[in-house]
Amino acid sequence: MSAREAILSALRASRTEVVAAPAHPAPVKQGDPVVRFMESVKAVGGQAYRVADDAALAAGMAGLPVWSAQRRASLVPGIDGTVDLEAVADPHELADLDVAAIPGEVAVAENGAVWVKGESLGPHRAVFVIPEHLVLVVRAADVVNDMQEAYGRITLPRPGYGLFISGPSKTADIEQSLVIGAHGARSCAVFVVG
Amino acid sequence: MAKVGLFVPCYVDQFFPRVGLATLRVLRSLGLDVEYPRDQTCCGQPMYNTGCSQEARPLAERFVRLFSGYEAVVAPSASCVAMVKLQYPELIGDTPEVRALAGRTFDLSEYLVDVVKVTRVDGEFRKKVGLHRSCHGVRELRESRSSERMDAPFDKTRQLISQLRGIELVELERADECCGFGGTFAVTEEAVSCMMGRDRIADHVRAGAEVIAGYDMSCLMHLDGLARRDGTKLPIVHVAEMLEKARLSR
Amino acid sequence: MIHHHPEKAKLFVLDDERAHWHDKALWFMRVKRDRAAATVPEWEQLRTAAEGIKLHTLSRLADYLEEFERKATANGIQVHWARDGEEHNRIVHGILEKRGVKKMVKSKSMLTEECHLNPYLEARGIEVVDTDLGERIVQLAGEPPSHIVMPAIHRKKEEIGELFHEKLGTPKGLSDPTLLTERAREHLREKFLQAEAGLTGVNFGIAETGGFVVVTNEGNADMGTTLPPVHIASMGIEKVIPRLADLGVFLRLLARSATGQPVSSYTTHFHAPLPGGELHLVIVDNGRTEMLSEAHRRKALCCIRCGACLNTCPVYRRSGGYSYSYLIPGPIGSVLGPHRDLAGHASLPFASSLCGSCTDVCPVKVDLHHQLLALRQEAGEEKLLPFGKRMGMKLASFVMARPALFRAGGKVARWVLRVAPGLARVGPGAVWLRGRELPEPPAESFADLYDREMNGKPEVKP
Repeated sequence: MSAREAILSALRASRTEVVAAPAHPAPVKQGDPVVRFMESVKAVGGQAYRVADDAALAAGMAGLPVWSAQRRASLVPGIDGTVDLEAVADPHELADLDVAAIPGEVAVAENGAVWVKGESLGPHRAVFVIPEHLVLVVRAADVVNDMQEAYGRITLPRPGYGLFISGPSKTADIEQSLVIGAHGARSCAVFVVG
Repeated sequence: MAKVGLFVPCYVDQFFPRVGLATLRVLRSLGLDVEYPRDQTCCGQPMYNTGCSQEARPLAERFVRLFSGYEAVVAPSASCVAMVKLQYPELIGDTPEVRALAGRTFDLSEYLVDVVKVTRVDGEFRKKVGLHRSCHGVRELRESRSSERMDAPFDKTRQLISQLRGIELVELERADECCGFGGTFAVTEEAVSCMMGRDRIADHVRAGAEVIAGYDMSCLMHLDGLARRDGTKLPIVHVAEMLEKARLSR
Repeated sequence: MIHHHPEKAKLFVLDDERAHWHDKALWFMRVKRDRAAATVPEWEQLRTAAEGIKLHTLSRLADYLEEFERKATANGIQVHWARDGEEHNRIVHGILEKRGVKKMVKSKSMLTEECHLNPYLEARGIEVVDTDLGERIVQLAGEPPSHIVMPAIHRKKEEIGELFHEKLGTPKGLSDPTLLTERAREHLREKFLQAEAGLTGVNFGIAETGGFVVVTNEGNADMGTTLPPVHIASMGIEKVIPRLADLGVFLRLLARSATGQPVSSYTTHFHAPLPGGELHLVIVDNGRTEMLSEAHRRKALCCIRCGACLNTCPVYRRSGGYSYSYLIPGPIGSVLGPHRDLAGHASLPFASSLCGSCTDVCPVKVDLHHQLLALRQEAGEEKLLPFGKRMGMKLASFVMARPALFRAGGKVARWVLRVAPGLARVGPGAVWLRGRELPEPPAESFADLYDREMNGKPEVKP
């Protein structure tokens, strides 16, 4: 018998009475989601900026110190970088990438998380974790209250890949001292447009 | 048959008779018909918590025989009550008799608040008091909301004693951390048990308590034993003793 | 193994300063968890829902695993099944060998600890680098993790500085966490860039979509799965949940319970390999089906490994991860270890005051302290209790079943304690008396006072 059959038949042999799946609780909405989202981003170690439109976004990005670095990659329409990701054959070549700007699809007020779908990462998934700094761009209309609401919006079209990013990379593994910039981005700026 | 069966746990009977007496007086002051079945001994918790079901079972069975006739069973000890309420069905079978007794057995504070519906306490206790919330009262009997839970706060014991004139209830840093008694745990894991108890005492001392109050003498016995060994002047008092001279009304 | 925990715990407590440091560090996590949980008004309903989803899934686990496998395969994930740790290790090694992998990076997975994967691969010439900072620290020190979320919580920063000086060449005396972390980043960045494969654990497998989720704060799982072309994920069978939307419930609970964060920094959903790469998923049983077959043990498999029960446990905080004989310490480990091998971990069900804090803090409502109590009964039935304890309880039960004997015995004992208090030191009170006083024995028992009270006679002061 294969391991697969052995495991499945052992599970079926236990004849457990089926327990009904519960309903999810309805979350209480707490305040204006965009305001709350911006607060949450700061609380998780990021920076949050609200801009009125795409022109203001471009200006805001230009004023961001990390966006003046040499090697910049942008996946945000209308924002130009200096590194052409399509021309990069191997993600290892991104090791010296200074900063990446990536569009988010959903933003979550309760925890500052931004859902980034695989398609938004361009040809190399590593682009969100390998650069020194990260800039995320979301639309105000895409800010939801909580994770339960967020999953109502998320789709996973093929190739299915995507993630929530909440602030910069961090660790507290040495005496619980919070250190920003463990393996991934050392800073995470989030622009809310609209 | 009397209305209330007074359940005085074995170690209270032997070492803290004043607490049993105070409980009796509090109940009688409410006009309740109280009786103490003399043949009671131990509920079986020490055996059960040690893994000796076989040794606990006969004690649980005789407890059910002795107390089944009462309308309510009341004890000045949350832990022993929790044994009857929550563990007896598992230990000796979930029969209607056992289940009914489990539903009618109460720790003093919850009996006063939930059953007698005492709302007013007219009395005096002029001291700074640290309330030790014993684990089985908090997390088995739900006499207060545990600090882990996020639903609406409540505290039945505090509700009663906070009304005493002159009392000042101090705020502890760790509201309901275990004192480390834990029955035979106090001996099996002696080192950790003592450290836990000393840490609780230190919390009360830092908060400015002059006395530690509680509803479970086993925890208080452990804390008192540590305080006296270390020369810390921090006497213990049971809630029943605090309420003994007060006038309770609905 | 009967005396294992108390003996180790005693040594831990002996270093009072360190034991208090450890207690405070973990209590701080508990405080952070409380603050984070308090921001969610529906916290208790979420716990109930999370428990319900887990119990539902476990009750139909074979169906959900099949659905998961079917959809994962359609997504291009290669699914493998392993009955036990040995088979899991063999599968992982087979994948690596076929591709000639000599260097692998790994993110945190308690399952691979359980399977002892690292020594297995190292013995076969493969370099395995743990990339979570805490895990890397204990790996460099040659130790197992002492906590499931914060593996190096038992080490002071000066000790980590010393270790890094020795292993990673940091200046002697350097103990600043930021600078040490910076050095680890540099060191591990190199490892990530050299790795030919990355292995991760799995936080949640989603039956509905055939994908899985891995959660980290450091981004180490992401570095390890976006650079090398081969990704292997190891998943216990109990990690499957039915629907994508269920993640909304679990992710609101997980990080808040674990570290007091509203969510972890990276919550990555894998549903397909890297373009041109391979994604393998190894589904592991290793004793879980057996645990599932018994209703009272099943609930322990709801655990989502947040570590909150460790942080809140007054015994874990004061005895440290290494006092537990099972690789997962604290309340959940004291349940899981003995469920697997009670005789081998006989002291663990007793390494608890049964305070119940673990049960109340658990985001999926595992009834941990009641499971510990049930395990104690099993230990009793299997004659695993120390002789003295069993005899003591037999004697106590004998006396307590005879009220006249109890009353007479009590009277004699109290009299002895009054006239010759020193005698307590030779009896069973000796251990009690090591650090505590006994209560002052009164002349009369409550039964005596009761008679007088009811007969209207005044009380005699003892």
